[in-house]
Amino acid sequence: MLNLLSIITFTPAIAAAILAIFLRGDDKAAQDNAKWVALVATLATFAASLILLYGFDAQNTDFQFVEEHDWIMGFTYKLGVDGISILFVMLTTALMPITIGACWTVTHRVKEYMIAFLLLETLMIGVFTALDMVLFYLFFEAGLIPMFLIIGIWGGKDRIYASFKFFLYTFLGSVLMLVAMIAMYVDAGTTDIPTLLSHEFSTASFSLMGWQVVGGMQTLLWLAFFASFAVKMPMWPVHTWLPDAHVQAPTAGSVILAAVLLKMGGYGFLRFSLPMFPVASDIFAPLVLWLSAIAIVYTSLVALMQEDMKKLIAYSSVAHMGFVTMGIFAANQQGLDGAIFQMISHGFISGALFLAVGVIYDRMHTREIVAYGGLINRMPVYAAVFLLFTMANVGLPGTSGFVGEFLTFLGVFQVNTWVALVAATGVILSAAYALWLFRRVVMGEMIKESLKQIKDMDRREKLLIAPLAVMTLLLGVYPALVTDIIGPSVAALVDGHNLALQAYDAASQLAQN
Amino acid sequence: MIGADLITALPEVVLALYALAALMVGVYGGKDKLAEPILWATAGLMVLLALLVGSKGLAPVVAFNGMYLADAFAHFTKMIILISAAIVLVMGQSYLTARGLLRFEYPILIALAVVGMMLMVSSGDLILLYMGLELQSLALYVVATMNRDSSRSTEAGLKYYILGALASGLLLYGASLTYGYAGTTLFSGIISVISDEGMSLGLLMGLAFMLAGLAFKVSAVPFHMWTPDVYEGAPTPVTAFFATAPKVAAMALIARLVHEAFGVVPGDWSQIIAFLAVASMFLGAIAAIGQRNIKRLMAYSSISHMGFALVGLAAGTAQGVQGMLIYMAIYVTMNIGVFAFILMMERDGKPVLDILDLRQYAKAEPLRALALLVLMFSLAGVPPLVGFFGKFYVLWAAVNAGLTWLAVAGVIASVIGAFYYLRIVYYMYFGDEIEPLDHVRAPVQSTLLVASAAVMVLGVINLFGIEGAAELAAAALVR
Repeated sequence: MLNLLSIITFTPAIAAAILAIFLRGDDKAAQDNAKWVALVATLATFAASLILLYGFDAQNTDFQFVEEHDWIMGFTYKLGVDGISILFVMLTTALMPITIGACWTVTHRVKEYMIAFLLLETLMIGVFTALDMVLFYLFFEAGLIPMFLIIGIWGGKDRIYASFKFFLYTFLGSVLMLVAMIAMYVDAGTTDIPTLLSHEFSTASFSLMGWQVVGGMQTLLWLAFFASFAVKMPMWPVHTWLPDAHVQAPTAGSVILAAVLLKMGGYGFLRFSLPMFPVASDIFAPLVLWLSAIAIVYTSLVALMQEDMKKLIAYSSVAHMGFVTMGIFAANQQGLDGAIFQMISHGFISGALFLAVGVIYDRMHTREIVAYGGLINRMPVYAAVFLLFTMANVGLPGTSGFVGEFLTFLGVFQVNTWVALVAATGVILSAAYALWLFRRVVMGEMIKESLKQIKDMDRREKLLIAPLAVMTLLLGVYPALVTDIIGPSVAALVDGHNLALQAYDAASQLAQN
Repeated sequence: MIGADLITALPEVVLALYALAALMVGVYGGKDKLAEPILWATAGLMVLLALLVGSKGLAPVVAFNGMYLADAFAHFTKMIILISAAIVLVMGQSYLTARGLLRFEYPILIALAVVGMMLMVSSGDLILLYMGLELQSLALYVVATMNRDSSRSTEAGLKYYILGALASGLLLYGASLTYGYAGTTLFSGIISVISDEGMSLGLLMGLAFMLAGLAFKVSAVPFHMWTPDVYEGAPTPVTAFFATAPKVAAMALIARLVHEAFGVVPGDWSQIIAFLAVASMFLGAIAAIGQRNIKRLMAYSSISHMGFALVGLAAGTAQGVQGMLIYMAIYVTMNIGVFAFILMMERDGKPVLDILDLRQYAKAEPLRALALLVLMFSLAGVPPLVGFFGKFYVLWAAVNAGLTWLAVAGVIASVIGAFYYLRIVYYMYFGDEIEPLDHVRAPVQSTLLVASAAVMVLGVINLFGIEGAAELAAAALVR
């Protein structure tokens, strides 16, 4: 299985091409065919990725399943996974069949919808498997096109504003990264990520337009990458595209946006910022930690006052991503473990929450919280599911949400106690908004006339949410499933980071004496 | 000796003789009845000549005592010019015929303009440079007014002519200054004077004036004012031609001039070109936002793209020239596709140019809409489409030459520019429902549209090998 990663990456794209070329017509049969082709393709991709997971050696911290071919301009087509990226690949392939299932009720331009999602899956997997910087950028940016169309064509009322904002915001972030990548290519002479990981970018200070740049080239490169990943993540204060995009996106689009696309920013920090620019990361760590703490508290407060359920969950996503950035820039084993764990777990939880909102939206065609109340009376299964994921979102022990938050706190506490303290208040706030949401939507008497005929979840909806519930509980009870895989790679990353910092400190000591 | 020189310049000689002969045939033959065969013959001849040029060896040949240079750089750009001119001729034929605009002079004038362009990219002397440029320009002034009954078209031609004459004056003034201070019009002579005696103030002035004149031809800011009006006023096939081959020729001419004649003092012209590049990228990106006429929009888009190509030149290195050549080749391909689409925009048999008329186009014509979507994202420079690699190349050259600020300015301009490309996609795919455009049966245009979109997608595999060819071409110019 030498080409396993290529197979996993491009199976969805091939299915999309098949749909585009061979499927004609727009009647019921054609629509069903499109859905089934997409479902089978995503399931096949998932099956292939299970083989990948089975063959993966967690103790080996090098890149595995590496494929390499020459490409243009001195770049290479190089794919591979290590302990950090493999679980993101798994997360993507596992969530895609669920996403396809979530659009089963769509009837508007079904073929194009399926093509867009299949292409998006290829691009997302490509981001996590690319081992060439330009290839990474290619996948990273190209994902904007299908997502722009998904929000724009199948979105809600203000979809045009949201799709433009989404595209231009993230595009602006990533073009600066492009310039940084070119500068790295010029400096290191290669775009090969494993080589770049061992390349030392200059830390010699220089002055730029009268400003003394501490950390030299690393600082500038770090800032350029930060512009891209912080927007993608999204971090406060550049998070404002996310609530708009989420509210307007269709349910399946929201699921994929929250569950996978947001993780690209975190993955970028782990793959580029931290290991390639260790000195700059260290210089900026306090800034990132405080931004994260602000994000956690501020967006939790904002979430408290939302009247739209999707917007509320979107803000809660920003808060949870705050834990991720906090963990990453704590730059120790617990922090990084926690950040990755939090990303995986948030993928399942936020995906499930958006699905849950989608369930009642499909019935009532509104996401206003005030339009609901007392759903428990007619939808007991739904109430139970919603409760589970609300609790997971809050971080109740026993769910995967707890493990991620706890580990990031553990990591950041060793680095900056004040940040940990501030962020901890965010946990209380998250309990407040999540439980209050649950109270207003699910609990109480059913007063609204319009809700009297509402039906509980059907079999398809249960089937979609069940695997997410299982994963949330399983990872909550037995987190070693994740940490065993990521542990060795994270340890290698942390060691490399510390070594680089020691070398830098020694060098600056020497310069002073 | 003269025989060998003529053999070296065979493609130009053949095309010029053909144009004169075709003119005779047209005048004494059936006039406009012969327009269609002449057009096809011209296009066919151009393709043949492109093959002839492509089959020439890599060794540079100098003819006419250094006035005419036949090197890999000239061959590369000539192939782009000839092929794109042939395609544009064929592409516009049905449009012109349907509107009674296809006169037999049209292909002949285009052929003469192409001769001028070929001389431009081969010139090794200021006099040949000017002759080529004027031959091209005069032919283009006339084709711009080809729709004689339209005041718009006449206005476009007149504007183009007056401003073009001004630019030619600037260029000529610069050339005479250069001649006065260098004592020669040969590029090779000028560069040896500069190497020996350094760059005098007079030469610097000469260079600046010549660059201003040439900037007009590539419609770089601040010499761009004519572009939107001429693009809008000229018949669409002529606009398509303006947007492609002449741009390549003028850009190549700038490269030729600055490297062959002033190559030893890159610092002096690199700043000027960098300024032109930044101004063009931003003005092109910002001014297009307000446009609803798709031809005006493409005019601003081409201004912005010329800015990017100039970024490559501003680097002043072989890599920069290579990037510029790749950028131009990609730009021409994208523009052919987009103009093929514009030629098909009709309602009730009349051409429409308002982008608002594209609303919900994707419903009626999914394939064409998809192709235009690909082209728009490619023009915006979004990977994995080939337009991105063009941008990557010139930015890479700029960073490599220490012009990181220029690269940063470029990417910011590209984000601003992305807005209006996206807007076209937005109208096609998620605009309101309106009365749809006609379904135009146009096999040539739709094939070209889809083909150029396919090139944009498939090019990601290896850019169709253009990289190596451009590298050889750049190596011939920058030694």
